[in-house]
Amino acid sequence: MSADAAELRALTQEFLAAHPPASTPREEFLRARFDAGLAWVHYPQGLGGLDAPRSLQAVVDAELTAAGAPDNDPRRNGIGLGMAAPTILRYGTEEQKKRFLKPLWTGEEVWCQLFSEPGAGSDLAALGTRAVLDGGTWTVDGQKVWTSGAHNARFAILIARTEPDVPKHKGITYFVCDMTDPGVDVRPLRQITGEAEFNEVFLTGVKIPDAHRLGEIGDGWKVAQTTLNNERVAIGGARIPREGGLIGLAAKTWRERPELRTQDLHQRLVKLWVEAEVARLTGERTRQQLVAGQPGPEGAGMKLGFARLNQEISGLEVELLGEEGLLYDDWTLRRPELVDFEGREAGYRYLRAKGNSIEGGTSEILLNIVAERVLGLPPEPRTDKDVAWKDLSR
Amino acid sequence: MSHQPDLLYTEEEEALRSAVRDLLADHCDAATVQTRAESDEPHDRALWKNLAESMGLAGLLVPEERGGQGATHREAAVVLEELGRAVAPVPYLTSAVVATEALLACEGEEAATLLAALASGRTVGALAVPLSDRAPRDEWGVRADAAALTGAVTGVADAAAADVFLVPTADGLFAVDAGAPGVTVTPQTSLDRTRPLAAVAFDGAAGRLLAPTAAPAVRRALRAGAGLLVSEQLGLSEWLLTETVRYTRERNQFNRPVGSFQALKHRLAQLWLETVNLKAAARGAADALAAGSEDADIAVAVAQAYAAPVAVHAAEEALQLHGGIGMTWEHPIHLYLKRAKADSIALGTAGRHREELAELVELWAP
Ligand SMILES: Cc1cc2nc3c(=O)[nH]c(=O)nc-3n(C[C@H](O)[C@H](O)[C@H](O)COP(=O)(O)OP(=O)(O)OC[C@H]3O[C@@H](n4cnc5c(N)ncnc54)[C@H](O)[C@@H]3O)c2cc1C
Repeated sequence: MSADAAELRALTQEFLAAHPPASTPREEFLRARFDAGLAWVHYPQGLGGLDAPRSLQAVVDAELTAAGAPDNDPRRNGIGLGMAAPTILRYGTEEQKKRFLKPLWTGEEVWCQLFSEPGAGSDLAALGTRAVLDGGTWTVDGQKVWTSGAHNARFAILIARTEPDVPKHKGITYFVCDMTDPGVDVRPLRQITGEAEFNEVFLTGVKIPDAHRLGEIGDGWKVAQTTLNNERVAIGGARIPREGGLIGLAAKTWRERPELRTQDLHQRLVKLWVEAEVARLTGERTRQQLVAGQPGPEGAGMKLGFARLNQEISGLEVELLGEEGLLYDDWTLRRPELVDFEGREAGYRYLRAKGNSIEGGTSEILLNIVAERVLGLPPEPRTDKDVAWKDLSR
Repeated sequence: MSHQPDLLYTEEEEALRSAVRDLLADHCDAATVQTRAESDEPHDRALWKNLAESMGLAGLLVPEERGGQGATHREAAVVLEELGRAVAPVPYLTSAVVATEALLACEGEEAATLLAALASGRTVGALAVPLSDRAPRDEWGVRADAAALTGAVTGVADAAAADVFLVPTADGLFAVDAGAPGVTVTPQTSLDRTRPLAAVAFDGAAGRLLAPTAAPAVRRALRAGAGLLVSEQLGLSEWLLTETVRYTRERNQFNRPVGSFQALKHRLAQLWLETVNLKAAARGAADALAAGSEDADIAVAVAQAYAAPVAVHAAEEALQLHGGIGMTWEHPIHLYLKRAKADSIALGTAGRHREELAELVELWAP
């Protein structure tokens, strides 16, 4: 079945009538919404969707928002929703899809991403965490790092080395790791903001059943591409109003605090306002292209622009505050559930924004991707392509 | 914000683009533009005739009942993208946009006749203000005694190609034929020879009154001009980026294509990002103008504040990444650099547009 906008609107109305948001408990409502296929309408029936065009999700969301329906707090499970789900949908077995997608979507099970390692960041394919198969079970040993939200996560997407004797991209396999299993040790890693949003994760003799492998043995790099591509498009998809995001906070301070104004700050603020507005238009244009079924490469650049703008605006904001900019709201070590730019003060925004050009691929790596995949410029010569992983220098 | 802009191109707009691009490919290659820029006839009249008369593009902004095509700023923007991509030496922006918009703000027989003439493309009009102006002036360089105009304006773009001048004075907006007694047009040596400037002097020349106050017409004309200039700047930037990517892929040094060096790749990727943003800004301005949206002033100021630095950056990067060949007279990059730099001053610099924007969005200066 494929539904058009009117049908979907009617379906959503019917659903709302059967499950009035005011009197239905939140989790019950979310589970029912998943079962009705209104979670992500472009997914298959039975898996939270209706096989409908992706663009129609907006129709459903608008109806639900208008009715005051609870949402699934997507920011709390960004990795699950944005990365794990599309990867499971594409590469998972039927059992895996049935087991994982629903509690992932409702937020009952939060996910994290065990990709980066101390020796494998930008060069992710160099990773050394080992997974060895014996009978139907893998044994995993290694160390992961910078793992956001591991302390809240029930499951992780994990990539590990299963064949050390072949070139690095070829010997990787992709797994779902149960974070409650013995041998998984999550240790807070304190950040420059004072809080510990990410972690080190030590994996010692962790047993993963072969049924929790995603994709073929040795195909993990290919599977990871799905995850990483989704990671990068996840940003920039939403429609934001003019002055949405950090520029709005800076503009508000400017308007309310005339005593802080200087010529230099004015020049810089207006320039950033222009750039933020243009970035917003580019996001809007990208969204319109998707809806029109003509996706362009524009999305590839959104994360780059977003990172730079967040950093420049938050830097300006601290300066604008002058004396107050010398203060910080709270250095207590906390274990937050999500990154909250707007709930904290300027100093936090300034420091946290520094991660925007590192997390999810550094700006340098993204510029390489734009240059090679969008502009078609030749790759750098590579020395690691035909060498077995075990023979690479580390 | 009431108006949700449509930032894509329609199928009709894409068809229009290919038609214009085909014409320019046949009649307006870089070598032709180059030769023409060095001649006494910098404007390409044959090309203008094709665009304006045969294709009917001069009348895009004019309603059908007033002798035009009844299209909008969105279509005119597409034409300007292509003209920018070719640095075409035709008075499209000056006549079909700026002068036409000024006339659209005027009522009466005289303005109607002239508007239809401009829309047909057989008459070329120019607003007699310096190309660098962004807003109406407090004082005009020309005064009217009864209908006899006296005074001078310098830096008028495409004046040498104009058949008629629209002249703002303290006593209203007047039309003056370029060939009338008392009118002298003196070409100035211009940085951008594909959009040459001239000084226009009036010595008791006979004017026909178009509107009793000049400012509203001038304001409307300059706003539309600035908003659509962004699309020209987009066309220039896209050409520069495409050519530079092509060149750096082909040019070998150190036994590999120079485009495989990361220092260059990152600069080109950066330029691509800016160009993508510029496209959204240009579409935003064109759509807001087309819709007559309340948001048009902001959309134009945002787009203009963004566009000039990007187009100039694209030209400067293109030159540098072409190495020595980029510095030559023979290679067309300099045509684009000169146009981009001139465009950065035309109809107000980025800084002037930011000042205006600050007022519009209430980010008041200290
Ligand atoms: C806040 C935050 C949250 C994160 N969350 C997670 C998570 O949940 N899960 C997870 O798996 N990872 C996570 N990461 C890790 C992140 O993906 C890596 O930090 C990132 O990919 C960079 O790797 P690295 O830190 O090892 O830096 P390196 O790769 O060592 O890079 C060092 C510097 O060299 C540059 N560089 C490297 N290679 C090149 C190249 N080829 N060309 C040019 N420059 C290059 C980089 O850009 C950088 O500036 C997170 C990181 C941060 C900051």
